[in-house]
Amino acid sequence: MTTDQPETGSMPPADAAGGALPPPAGPWRRALQGLASSRTAVLSGLGLVLIVLATVLAPVYAKHVAQTDPFRSGLSAKIMIDGKRSPVMERSTEGLGLGVTPIGPTWGPKYFLGADTQGRDVAARLLYGGQNSLVIAGAATLLCLVCAAVIGIVAGYAGGRVDTVLSNLIDMIWAFPVYLLAISLSIVMLGKTFEIGPIHISSSSLVVPIIIIGLVYVPYVARPVRGRVIAITNSDFVLAARGLGIRPSRILWRHILPNVATTLIVFAPMLMALNIVTESSLSFLSVGVQAPNASWGTILQDGQALLYSRPVVSMAPGIAIMVTVMLLNLFGDVLRDILDPKSVRGR
Amino acid sequence: MITKLTPARPGRWAATVATIALLAGLAPGFAAAQDAHRGGTLRLVSVSSQGTLDPHVNYTSQFWQLYAFLYDGLVGFKKVGGPESKEVVADLAAALPEVSNDGKTYTFTLRKGVKFSNGKEMTTDDVVASFQRIFKVLGPTAGTFYNGIVGADQCLAAPADCTLAGGIVADKAAGTVTINLVAPDPEFLFKLSAPHASILPAETTAKDNGNAPIPGTGAYMVKSYDPNNSMVIVRNPAFSEWSKDAQPEGHVDEIDYTFGGTEEAAVNAILNGQADWMFDQPPADRLAELSTAAPDQIHLAPLSAWWYAPMNVNLAPFNDVRVRQALNYAIDRDALVSLFGGPALAQPVCQVLPPEFPGHVDQCQYTLDPGDSWSAPDMDKAMQLVEESGTKGEKVTIVTEDNAASRGIGTYLQSVLSDLGYEAAVQTISGDIQFTYIQNTNNKVQLSISQWYADYPAASNFLNVLFGCDSFHPGSDASINIAGFCDKGIDDRMKAAIALGATDPAAADAEWAKIDGAVMEAAPALPLFTPKQVDLLSTRVGNYAFSNQYHWLIANAWVQ
Repeated sequence: MTTDQPETGSMPPADAAGGALPPPAGPWRRALQGLASSRTAVLSGLGLVLIVLATVLAPVYAKHVAQTDPFRSGLSAKIMIDGKRSPVMERSTEGLGLGVTPIGPTWGPKYFLGADTQGRDVAARLLYGGQNSLVIAGAATLLCLVCAAVIGIVAGYAGGRVDTVLSNLIDMIWAFPVYLLAISLSIVMLGKTFEIGPIHISSSSLVVPIIIIGLVYVPYVARPVRGRVIAITNSDFVLAARGLGIRPSRILWRHILPNVATTLIVFAPMLMALNIVTESSLSFLSVGVQAPNASWGTILQDGQALLYSRPVVSMAPGIAIMVTVMLLNLFGDVLRDILDPKSVRGR
Repeated sequence: MITKLTPARPGRWAATVATIALLAGLAPGFAAAQDAHRGGTLRLVSVSSQGTLDPHVNYTSQFWQLYAFLYDGLVGFKKVGGPESKEVVADLAAALPEVSNDGKTYTFTLRKGVKFSNGKEMTTDDVVASFQRIFKVLGPTAGTFYNGIVGADQCLAAPADCTLAGGIVADKAAGTVTINLVAPDPEFLFKLSAPHASILPAETTAKDNGNAPIPGTGAYMVKSYDPNNSMVIVRNPAFSEWSKDAQPEGHVDEIDYTFGGTEEAAVNAILNGQADWMFDQPPADRLAELSTAAPDQIHLAPLSAWWYAPMNVNLAPFNDVRVRQALNYAIDRDALVSLFGGPALAQPVCQVLPPEFPGHVDQCQYTLDPGDSWSAPDMDKAMQLVEESGTKGEKVTIVTEDNAASRGIGTYLQSVLSDLGYEAAVQTISGDIQFTYIQNTNNKVQLSISQWYADYPAASNFLNVLFGCDSFHPGSDASINIAGFCDKGIDDRMKAAIALGATDPAAADAEWAKIDGAVMEAAPALPLFTPKQVDLLSTRVGNYAFSNQYHWLIANAWVQ
């Protein structure tokens, strides 16, 4: 298997002329080389870096460019347009005079993408929202991978009753549709404040969606990890290590974890993309990020009420989600091609 | 009271006779014009239905609007548009009741020949059984509207065995029904006019009939009902108009009510002529467009309603009156009106009783220039009160419904509370459970967004219901005094005002105005605005009339 770690201590092979060949590149170096040589990986990676940078700079944009507090209602705010002060919330003066419409995109520093139903700057909120969406999706991905790795490795290596219990637990969680489980957990957790010793988690904390999203996808990663661990456990080099009396913890750490790591890394970008969509969906349904925090999902929800008159409010976060997910998937594809032993292109 | 008749002069007699003759000549033509509108099918749409069809159980404005022409009580609100719609007229009773025994006994004489839609004639047995049934099915207003009837206490304690012995006395031979109360209730006729006091056949099962239509005496009857799909309403074959004011015959032959879809889809259907009316309000996003593109199809009507934010007076920081007053000073009520669609659709208020409601006198304590009306927020005063209270930095959670208006108001209040120095958050929960959730003290709700629509035109229906001590039931989902406000002094004044209404309604209204001011001084709630009803109709619908009680009078409209 191309990604199995070579046993340490073996002699480097000799070339035809009898001279020593340079040591073969390890899987990590090969992965980096592969990524650097792939135009898709470079472009998608660059795109992702730009998105992350933009969201990190959200406070700078809000303070110095838009000069606004995107978390404060601006229903009475005014803006200078063509030398005239205009209200951000435009009251209809025609016909029966019904309706109040927020200002549309100015394409200038202030209200670049217009205002939402609270008179807040959509562009500034989009950047802050992206920050939260990416933090939640990233942290949930990490949480999911760690949990899945622990469960998968323990179940696959220990076998027997431990495997039976853990596998059934995974299957039980798997039996629930992801969104049904996530929404149910959200409803239960959002109404409460959790205090475990010194840890205090309020219902509006971002930790709540991170835990929910992180947990619901654990079975989807833990299952393949378990399968991979079982395969590795029965491979010759692990059997040999066992035969030599090496401690199980050392086998797990030196031989199994490095081989499983590639599987986890292949999952990471895909899972991140999935988590962004899940976070947005939950926030759109009011069971994810809670006000005054914003995420792409909450902005999408804000835009729903303006779909007819100000479609840009919902289109902007929609496009942000689509582009980020697409870039993550493209990057993940390349990564899988390089690291997945079964991938034809990766060979 | 007897009015003295003035003898008319001979000239006036002649003019009167001529007028009668002229009207007699025109009458057939007028009737023919009315007949010309008879027939056709009215197509109504709504995002969802509202559960059970049982008129003794359902407590929603959507179905009460239908009950107006499906069922009758002994008395009912006049089915006309405008201010007259608040008047109570005789319905299944031949005339308004004789009131005796110091206002504790009401005697009704039943109309003869009124039939249910199953062909059975209505009798005193049906009236007695219907009042017993209100308690047997544990109707939502059994303990509030009808608990003053003699024997109601026993019925509330043991609903299945309810007889209302001594409370409802029928004389079958004379065709009379006498209702005895334990104490005078000047609002009793209003309560009898509510659909919960509809007269149903005596043999109707004493349980919530759910989706099965119960025969009624109205001009129409429900032919089929599927809450997830549609309702078909047709003319009641046994109906014969006895009073145009109480139960008009109606113009259309059939009413098809479709449930499902979205508000956007409903607006499009009406504009395209595929539907005639939508129950839900048009989305705020479409209002500006409708206001210019279809102004003739829009009808605006003021509602006897109140959007407000109850503040829990038993939980910090709102257990300090200065905090409640501070928030009242700080909010920009114009901004809140903007969230609801602008000044054409809502009116900012800083008191409990809605405009043009009994007992209403313009007053506003919480504005930059206190007086008759709200002018601007007074942030300095608000900040000063918060400083004095020493509550700055405390946490506040605002519980809203998951609709755009409620969520928008919650987000705005969160912003104002942050400006005042509080750590505020918004919790949005499903509209299906929010109303009961915020009532239960176990949920420790500090601040929430709610609405109240009048059941009948009496100040007590707002002030006593929402802020009376009897309406506060800790730990219950049915504690409509959401703020948990109970001031014994104000409560006694409210009880006295209710009693005063029996003898001197004008003096009672003046007292209610003062009580309104006293309640607002204690500030258990944030008055937000009084909304208006927006009815969007298709171009073929005519004869629009809006009743304060039933809203659009569907049966009065025509489509041809």
